[in-house]
Parts: sequence; C-alpha cells; structure tokens
Amino acid sequence: MANARAYLLLARMWIRVSMSYRTSFVVLTIGQFLISGLDFVAIVLMFTNIDALGGFSLTEIAFLYGGSTLCLGLADLILGNIERLGRRIRLGTLDAMMVRPVSVYVQMCADEFALRRLGRITQGGLVFAWAVHALDIDWTAARLAMVPYLLVFGTAIFLAIFTMGAAVQFWTADSSELANAFTYGGSTLAQFPMTIYPTEAIKALTFVIPITFVNWYPSLFILDRSDPLGLPGAVRFGGPVVAALLAAMAAGIWRTGIRHYRSTGS
Amino acid sequence: MSMIEVRDVSRSFVLRRRSGRWRRTAHTVHAVSGLSFTVEPGEMVGYIGPNGAGKSTTIKMLTGILVPTGGTLTVAGLTPYVERTQLAQRIGVVFGQRTALWWDLPLRDSYELLQRIYRIPPARYRTNMATFTELLDLAELLDTPVRQLSLGQRMRGDIAAALLHDPDVVYLDEPTIGLDVVSKSKLREFLRQTNRERGLTVILTTHDLHDIEQLCSRVMVIDHGRLVFDGDLAALHAVGGARRTLVVDLSEPTDPITIPGAETVKVEGPRQWLAFPAEASAAPLVAAVAAAHDIADLSILEPDIEDVITRIYTSTPPPG
Amino acid sequence: MRATGSLWFAVAQRSFRRYSTYRAATLAGIFTNCVFGLIFCFVYIAVWNQNPDAGGYDRTDAITYVWLGQAMIMTVAVWNGGATDDLAARIKSGDVAVDLYRPVNLLGWYLASDLGRALFHLLTRGVAPTVFGAVIFDLRYPASTLTWVQFAVSAVLAVTVSFGVRMLVSASAFWLLDDTGIKNLAAVLAMFFSGLVVPLVLFPGWTRDLASVLPWASYLQVPADIWLGKHVGGDAWMALGFQALWTLVLLAFCHGVLQLANRKVVVQGG
Repeated sequence: MANARAYLLLARMWIRVSMSYRTSFVVLTIGQFLISGLDFVAIVLMFTNIDALGGFSLTEIAFLYGGSTLCLGLADLILGNIERLGRRIRLGTLDAMMVRPVSVYVQMCADEFALRRLGRITQGGLVFAWAVHALDIDWTAARLAMVPYLLVFGTAIFLAIFTMGAAVQFWTADSSELANAFTYGGSTLAQFPMTIYPTEAIKALTFVIPITFVNWYPSLFILDRSDPLGLPGAVRFGGPVVAALLAAMAAGIWRTGIRHYRSTGS
Repeated sequence: MSMIEVRDVSRSFVLRRRSGRWRRTAHTVHAVSGLSFTVEPGEMVGYIGPNGAGKSTTIKMLTGILVPTGGTLTVAGLTPYVERTQLAQRIGVVFGQRTALWWDLPLRDSYELLQRIYRIPPARYRTNMATFTELLDLAELLDTPVRQLSLGQRMRGDIAAALLHDPDVVYLDEPTIGLDVVSKSKLREFLRQTNRERGLTVILTTHDLHDIEQLCSRVMVIDHGRLVFDGDLAALHAVGGARRTLVVDLSEPTDPITIPGAETVKVEGPRQWLAFPAEASAAPLVAAVAAAHDIADLSILEPDIEDVITRIYTSTPPPG
Repeated sequence: MRATGSLWFAVAQRSFRRYSTYRAATLAGIFTNCVFGLIFCFVYIAVWNQNPDAGGYDRTDAITYVWLGQAMIMTVAVWNGGATDDLAARIKSGDVAVDLYRPVNLLGWYLASDLGRALFHLLTRGVAPTVFGAVIFDLRYPASTLTWVQFAVSAVLAVTVSFGVRMLVSASAFWLLDDTGIKNLAAVLAMFFSGLVVPLVLFPGWTRDLASVLPWASYLQVPADIWLGKHVGGDAWMALGFQALWTLVLLAFCHGVLQLANRKVVVQGG
C-alpha cells in the first residue's frame, strides 16, 4: 500500500515535470506515436504484395498487432525506465535510492516516469480499434470479457519480462540491450500470427518464453480460429497462471539481484 | 545507549581477475577487518583515511546498503542490513560527488517529494525548510533545476535534503570538496550549529583536514581496512609524533644549524626550519640558536594535522 | 598530408578501441540482432511464400536481406549514436568551443572517429548475426571477387552518408536548445527509408522510386542489392556513384554548417 502510494507520488511528479516542457513533451509523444506506427505501415506495405500472411488477413493481423503493442506500451509506461538500473549501478546513484524508506523496486519503476509513452499506446489502441471495427466478430459475452483479460495479463507478462531483464543488470551492468530482445523482440514477434513460425518455435514460445499467452491465445479465442498446435482449449485461458509464474520468477530474480548488490556493493 | 555500535565488523570481497586469455582467478580482498567503535548521540566524528582504505565500505554498511561478512553493528538500535527501510527514517546521507536530488527537478520539488517519501509532518517540514533555507542560503535556488546548480549550491541542497526528516545520524561524504573558502566556512558553521542545537550525530569523511580541525572533537583514522587511530585531536598529535617548527631568519645564509633536540628540516637562503617535539619548550632552543647565530626574525609553527596523519599512514604496515 | 593521414588513423583507432571495451553490451547487442533477424526471417518467408517474387526478390534474397539489415543497423547507426552524439553532447556542454579552436578539421576528426566505431560494429554486431543467420538459413553470397570489393566500398559509403546525415542532426544543437525532437524524427526517417523495416523494393509504385533516390537508400538497400547481384556491371558503378554523390553533398553541407556554427560561437562566445 505504501509502495503504491510512493509510486503514484513519484509518477505524478514526473508528469508535472514533463508538462513544464510542454512543446518538448508534445513533440516526443508524437515521435513515439510515429516510430511505433511505422511497424504497422510496414505491415500494410507488405500487404500491397500479398493478401494473407500465415493464413491471416490484414485486419486479423491488425488485431494481433494492436493487442501486442498495447500490452508492451502499457508495461513500458508503468516501468520502462527500470532498464536504467545498470546505469545507476555504474554511476553509483542506486545507493541514494537504497537509503530511502521506500522499496528500491518501486523507485526504479517510477524513475523518470514518461507519459510520452502514451504515444505508443495511442497508436496500438487505434490499430486495435480499427481491427475490431473492421473484423466481423461475433461478440459473445465471453469474447467481450476476453479483451480486458488480454490487456491485463498480456501487460502483466511484459511487466515480469521487463523486471527480469533489468534484474540481470545487477550482475552485468551494461547488458540492458539483452532485455530488449525479450521485451521489444517479444512484442514484435507477437504482432504476427504464430502460424508463420516453425512448430518448435511456437512450442518454445508457449512453454519456455510464454509470449504466446500475451495475445495469441486470447486472440484465437476472440477471432474464433483454431490453434495450430492443437493444444486443449483450456490453454487459451492460461494467461493468469503464466503471468503469476513469471511474476514470481521476476520477484525471485530481483530479490537475488538486490542481495547480490548488497554483498558486493557494485 | 550508543547511537552507533560496531563490533568486530569485517567485509571482504571476492575479486575475479583475468589471469590469462580465458582463465580468471579469484582472490579475496579484505576491505574492512575487525572494525570496532561506538559513537554516542550528539558526537561529531571525523572518519578519515586514504582512498581505498575502507571508508565508503564502512559507510555503506552503516546505512544498510552493504551486508557485513562478519561482526555485528547497530545504528539507532537497528541492524542496518536487516532493517534498512526503518533505519532510512533515522539517518541522512550525503554522497559527496553524487547528488541524491532529482537532477531535472527544481530543488523545491525534490524537497516536497522527500516530505512525502519520509512522511514528514507538514508543520515540521515547514519549520525545517524555513531553518535550512535561511542557514544554507537556499531561498534563491529553490526554483532552479538541480542540474543547473553549481557544485557548492548543490552540496547545500543535498545537505538540507539529508536533514529534512530530522534524522538522528547523518553521514557526510566529502561535504566541502570543491567549495571555495567562503562556502566552506559557511557550511562548517551550519554543521556546527545543527550538531549543537539538534543533538545530531555526525560522521564526516573528508580529505580536507581543516574540516576535522574545525568541526570534530574526535577522529577515527582507517588504513588498509583497520582502525589505526581513535581519539581526540590532541591524542592524534601525540600519536603522530607531532612536532612544532621554529622558523628563523638569520642575518646571512649559513650551513644548516645543528643543535641537539632539534632537526633542521629545510634551508632556504638565510631562512631555516627547525623541527622539535611539540611538548618541548621553544625557549631553550631559541637561546641556543641565538648563541651561535645572528637572528633577524623568528616564528613558531604549530603542528600540522596533515603531517601527523601522513605519519600515521606511513607508520602502519600493510597487513599480511 | 601524411601527418593528417596518420592523425585520422589514430583517431579512428582510439574510437575502435573505445567501443571494444563494452564487452557485455556488445554480446547483448549481438543476441538482440539475432532475435530480431530470426523474427524478420520468418515474416519474410511467409511473405515470399505468398508471393514468390515480390519486389523482384526470391526467398533466398529476402532472407539474406534480413541478415544484411541486422548487420547494417549498428554499422550505419540508424538510431543515431556514434561520434556525432559526442558532438551533440559537446555542443550542449559548451566544450565544442575547444574543438573549434583546434588546428584540425573538425569534420575530419569526427568522421575518422565514426569510421573507427563503424568498423568495430561491423566486425562484431555485423559479422556475428550474419554468421548466425548463415548457419540457420541458406543465404546468397556475392558472386565474384569484384562484387565483394564493390560491397565493401558500398558499406563504407553507407557509413559516410549516414555520418553526413547524423552530423547535420547533431549540429542542429548549435541552434536548438533541445534536439531530441529532431533526433527522433531523423531516426524515424532513417529507419523507414533505409528499408530496414520493409525492403524498399516492396514499396508500391512511385513511393519506391522516391525512396530509392533519398540518402537513406544508401544505408542498406544499395549495399544489399550489390551483395545480392541486383546491380551488375555498369549498374553497380552507378549505384556506388549514387552513394558517393550523397556523401559529397552531405559532407559539403556539414562543412558549411560547421563554418556557420564557428562564426556563431566566435561572435556569441558559445
């Protein structure tokens, strides 16, 4: 509770700061929107040469794309700057956080909270909304409920991945790019239907690095498509379990990392 | 109850060094070993030692950042590495060169954040802010982003930040480094006053020995991870074999004077420097010099703490 | 002449060495390049399964293009960075005044430094992912020694063109207080018009013609087409000439801008 309060406090202050440089904030937000939007323009360009990718139409891919981008964008908004942990360790400024009566994790998550990341979220949201509008989905109650489910647990999975990627920096301070392979890489991967990847890769993405639980399984349910792996239907509802497992792992690695830092001081 | 109790504390690190293309060999470095001391409430202690002697390792253990490998320590009755978050309410830390303030924020915003983070009661916050703003001359800086402050201004800002939540103990790492003479003396006056009025316990690490001379009644010297001296300034002089220096201007240049009980340490034209034990009287020495030479002028230099400490460092053999 | 030559060489060497100290970062970066390369390969395979000669490429061309793209990302510094970022930082801190008074050509200094960096990134973050790609997929390789040489020249020109663009972006810091906006915009344009997200050959109609004459085409599309044998004979020399022309134009621009900046710093004292 105290941690949530501290997080909101810090985030609110950074929002106030960014608002005091309004022009810069607007430019950066639009920049985020455009950078993020290019990925989708690329997909549209590909579709000037083809009609379907891995058996999925442009609108269906837009649905996958929107879901993946929204989840990554939300996670990035919530704790994106946690990847600066390595830099803080190198500069020695993590110590200042350690002598404050608030969890270091919370301070790192809220560090320089960047509201401009709404740019990516807005872009993902627009593509998602367009896909929902253009697709002829039979909106049963269950499918409708699956949308917030996708967003909540997809975001949670990315939150855990961001945390693990940052925690690794307790050991190797300049490896922040390693995390990118899993966060941005994972999101890029999930923007496309899994049917374009080899079966072994889909299995790995289900059971080893469970990116498929972010948006693939929920989307299969909403779009009423069959699972290329032919797994039992219950797998499509595995999001909460996977998110909880990953969160537990992330918490473990983070704690071990803090312990490591406190036993080496570097 | 003592404010700080350190008993037989040690901290070693395992370093891996490349010893060939692929191989790495591990060896253990004892950053601090067998450290024991207590600090009473309201004491102002100078903690000095050469770079790499173990000063910052000690401070990191006292703040709970670093876990000791052996021994026990308590600060304000709490075990730092176990109760780090509770302890954070009771201590303040200034990390010398690295600011704990938010780089892009105006000073005032940093303070408002700290008020909420430390849950400082509003009335108390207002009083403290008023006091520190006046004593540290912060009024004109409050609306300036920290990154635009000069080193001295930032240090003042950092010190106020560390004291805002009324800590019992404050650790100051090189608080006067890079400051001009006026800022230094203002800062020292502030620390003296705060220590006196609030009963604040202060641990001061510094390279500027004038800080120690002017602020601290007690000095701890650490070298090679061991406490080599703990006592007051007078004792430090005695241990370091402090010597006073008689400076004489002769009417004309001569060979170095030789007089029993004194050593001629420097000759520069007609001026000569004669060192003698601090506790000995200067009168017989002056008489002896005057008997043999024609003295134009003379003065006596008091022992220099820097000199004393250098002697202590050089006289401690490195362990092992 | 020989003295300046050896100076530039020394500058480039320092820069190479400086980047080579970030070992963990380099390894992490190589890993990331491999992951993104894999993802794009599967996407492209799906595209070319649907349309086997999209953009005049076949499947092998497309897969090879992916790994060449991963190799060039850091080499040409698509996301900005490199020596030109040092310049921007020095402009902001005011240290650039010192640079401007040095008896050496500022442009040459930063170009040498950036070439040193680019060589390091090519040898590590360029070669390693490509080898990884070659192990997993069948790639196409230059058909002749001449093509290898032309590719090497093209890769160097790719760096000089991107250096020119990045230098202009960094130099904007002389006049703008906050250059983050320009930098972001430049990165977006470079990313897109270099053909890193989608090969320029897949662009429809006139957009393809437009994209092919912009400087960013030099970053990846031109070297890749030389490597893949899409430009042969006189065509290849034309392609190199295109890159050389952009290099000259951009460096001339940079020179002019630095002259202006010099006057500004001298007149206003920073």
